[in-house]
Amino acid sequence: MKILATVIKNQFQDSFRSKWIIVYSLFYFLITFGLILFTNDSNKIILSLMNVNLIVIPLVCIVFGNVFFYNNREYIIMILAQPVDRKYIYLGLYFGLTFAMSLSFLLGVFLPIIFSFKIFINNFNIIFWLIITGILITSIFVGIAFLISMLNENKLKGLGISIFSWFLFTALYDAIILMLLQILQNYPLEIFSLTLTLVNPIDITRIIIINNFDIAALMGFTGAVFNKFFGSVVGFVIALFSLINWIAIPLFIGLNLFNKKDF
Amino acid sequence: MSTLKIPSKYLLYILFIFSNIIISKTIYVNNTIQLKNALNNALPYDTIKINKENYQFNFLEIKKPLTLVGINSPTFDGNNKGTILIVKSNYVFIEGINFQNTGYSFTNDFSAIKIDGANNCSILKNNFTNCFFAIYLAKSFNCSISNNKIVGSQKRQTFSGNGIHLWYSKNIYISNNFIEGQRDGIYLEFTKKSTIEKNISKNNLRYGLHFMFSDSCNYSENIFEKNNAGVAVMYTNNVKMNGNIFRNNWGDASYGLLLKDISSSEIKNNYFIKNTAGIYLEGCDRNSFKNNQFKNNGWAIRLMANSMENTFIKNIFLGNTFDVTTNNSKNYNTFDKNYWSDYNGYDIDKDGYGDTPYRPVKLISILVENNKTLLILLRSFFVELLNLAEKLLPVLTPETLIDNHPLMKINI
Repeated sequence: MKILATVIKNQFQDSFRSKWIIVYSLFYFLITFGLILFTNDSNKIILSLMNVNLIVIPLVCIVFGNVFFYNNREYIIMILAQPVDRKYIYLGLYFGLTFAMSLSFLLGVFLPIIFSFKIFINNFNIIFWLIITGILITSIFVGIAFLISMLNENKLKGLGISIFSWFLFTALYDAIILMLLQILQNYPLEIFSLTLTLVNPIDITRIIIINNFDIAALMGFTGAVFNKFFGSVVGFVIALFSLINWIAIPLFIGLNLFNKKDF
Repeated sequence: MSTLKIPSKYLLYILFIFSNIIISKTIYVNNTIQLKNALNNALPYDTIKINKENYQFNFLEIKKPLTLVGINSPTFDGNNKGTILIVKSNYVFIEGINFQNTGYSFTNDFSAIKIDGANNCSILKNNFTNCFFAIYLAKSFNCSISNNKIVGSQKRQTFSGNGIHLWYSKNIYISNNFIEGQRDGIYLEFTKKSTIEKNISKNNLRYGLHFMFSDSCNYSENIFEKNNAGVAVMYTNNVKMNGNIFRNNWGDASYGLLLKDISSSEIKNNYFIKNTAGIYLEGCDRNSFKNNQFKNNGWAIRLMANSMENTFIKNIFLGNTFDVTTNNSKNYNTFDKNYWSDYNGYDIDKDGYGDTPYRPVKLISILVENNKTLLILLRSFFVELLNLAEKLLPVLTPETLIDNHPLMKINI
């Protein structure tokens, strides 16, 4: 465990030494600060931050994770020569990067909000969920990026697949849902649509947030299905379980591949 | 001619008041028997003062013009057996009495006070608890119902009646009442020229306010909150609604204000806050919606395509999930000079209006109107892309439903 901690620590420090993480953090800071400065309307700020959560974080995490893994190939090979268990190296790289990216997200979004917390007083629960889901999405997409780079030796191919999978999660999947729900609209679709959304981590995040935000509209949904589901403990645990699965499964597969991989 | 008419009316009132002071006497009662005797023996325009006791009776009729005043709020208890007081005479005043336990019936309209064919009556400052109907007016004119508190305790619609129920009445003044937990808070049917103002109607099992065939009524500064199905008004002309608040009416069939077959009416200066649907219009023509504020509603306005020639001018739309939705690609209504918080345009000529028009109907709102399940895709990246495409090239959304002069700033 001590070795794992050392690898994580090294990785974490190394990440912050590279300027990209600082730029990433600054980007959030500027966006949040700019939104607060120009709109002063907490609803609009929350909506924009939600879009950041749903679109920007997955894209940056998946691309950056990919590039990071390919760039550190020599370093990984070097470290493999040391008497260190392989799984510690993989986990160390993963957690080091995830911590660094989560922290820079947290600092970038949280600092401006703390400075002007007054306008968010009514919406504090949504801010809380934005931050929690932001960190979860970061963890999920760094894991997926690592898995993709494990599967592909070719840098360009890996990057291409990364961007495609980002597009799949953010847009294509919803397009498929839209199509299915339109085709099958004569059937009772509440449970079906709920199941479909519980598969995609970005949809889960979106629904957790709009369940707090657009509550008046969602109550109009037949029997307020969502509100009942996500309002109940069971539903909430299922949603959280699905998100955690999205962290655990890619990480587990990637770890196995890494253990067997011949560099 | 009308200027001549008003003084004569006042003269009548003054005469009436003076006659009251000169001739009438006051009777004090302490128990039910005394009360019944007093009602039998009193002369018209006498005052019966009722001491603080528990009076138990049903179907007690008032056949003379009398004033009933409670001292320190006595209780009239119906013991769940039926109507408590029936007023059958003009000029009856009832003030400061607690009414309770009328019981319920599926065939009779049990009520705490039933005013049947009597004019010029007043019901002031009474409390009603656990009553089927609280105040029931049938074929009565020129009555006033003010400062009453009506609290129902039933959980199901069938066991509960309306708070204030008007049937075939005219010139009724309903003000400053508080109504909670009844079936409909205020119910009007075939009632004309009445004023309903400054009432609070909330947590009712069905509608906060419900009227049908009640032309030329005024509704102002009322608060309708958290009613199970909101407010629904139907088949009426010349309604004036001014300064009312419609708040927190949540649910699939719950509306801030449901308008069905309402025409030539004015809806001004109202607030619609956090309703599933702010206003729902079906078959409504020639109405004017002005200076209303719609804030944080699911749907600010659901405009069904069978509504025509309505005008929406200078309203404020703030942070609604959907501003306007409709079920057709045709539109015969006018939107102009409204403020839309979702508007992203610019104002180069500095005239206060945006230079590019605003389209309040989004593609997703049209889709959701036909397939409610699609609400789960709300604010999805893909859906936003579709909305953007539709905005540039309208296919499904009505091309004429457009605000050509969106306000840049809120200014009233």
